Amino acid sequence: MTASLLRTSPLGEREAEFAASGMDIREAGFRAMVNVRVDSASAAADAIGIALGVPLPVVPNTVCGGERAAVWLGPDEWLIYGADGDTPRITALATEALGPVSGSVLDLSANRTTIEISGARAREVLAKGCALDLHPRVFGEGHCAQTLIGKTQVLLWQYGNAPDYRILVRASFANYLADWLLDAAASGW
Amino acid sequence: MLLIECPWCGQREETEFRYGGQAHVDYPSAPAETGDTEWAEFLFYRDNPAGPFAERWMHAAGCRRWFNAVRDTRTNEFLGVYRIGEGQPA
Repeated sequence: MTASLLRTSPLGEREAEFAASGMDIREAGFRAMVNVRVDSASAAADAIGIALGVPLPVVPNTVCGGERAAVWLGPDEWLIYGADGDTPRITALATEALGPVSGSVLDLSANRTTIEISGARAREVLAKGCALDLHPRVFGEGHCAQTLIGKTQVLLWQYGNAPDYRILVRASFANYLADWLLDAAASGW
Repeated sequence: MLLIECPWCGQREETEFRYGGQAHVDYPSAPAETGDTEWAEFLFYRDNPAGPFAERWMHAAGCRRWFNAVRDTRTNEFLGVYRIGEGQPA
């Protein structure tokens, strides 16, 4: 009874399959994700960056920050990504910094879950279903892209040089993507 | 597969985009005084050139921004893309 009252992540039941895949692949559930929309040229955009400790990147498809990061989604739209439990703090800081300026701060933490995939084969596995050029000279650490993997829309983000990728996928598509990645990891070259 | 250049994200595959029809179709400036014929033309009549055609596209699976593109309807070649609010290149 208690177990059913605990929160569950979309891929919580796939952990054993990930572990058996031979790849360094795992779900990072319950991460803080807050959508921020504001004119990138406004003082409020700078104020939000200062309040959060991570500047909002203006170069398309790039990420600023580390543990707490600002991910470019559009010319006036970012996703603030943080550790589990950071959502109230991010929301409060960004809302205060935004002030009366036209814009929005919205908690979207339950919209997407995160799949992390690392290691030498990660790039080849992703390349099976992603049309982007993931070669390091084009797509390296600190780059992100909203694109398609298989048939589902994702936010792909390289956060480390192993290489390490985060794939942010909508909760209802997470099992599809997990199936797809496990199949890509298992099949031959 | 067409490669389409999003003015924000760069070249992406056609499957990431939605088509939005002819660009630069202005809403009637005086709707109350616009007659049935003009309304019908605004709503339903579009150019159909064999050659360069200014169109709206949206990067649906990416940054979700609308932009304009000039495409040659005979060859499917994209002659240029430009952001909303920017004038059509000559």
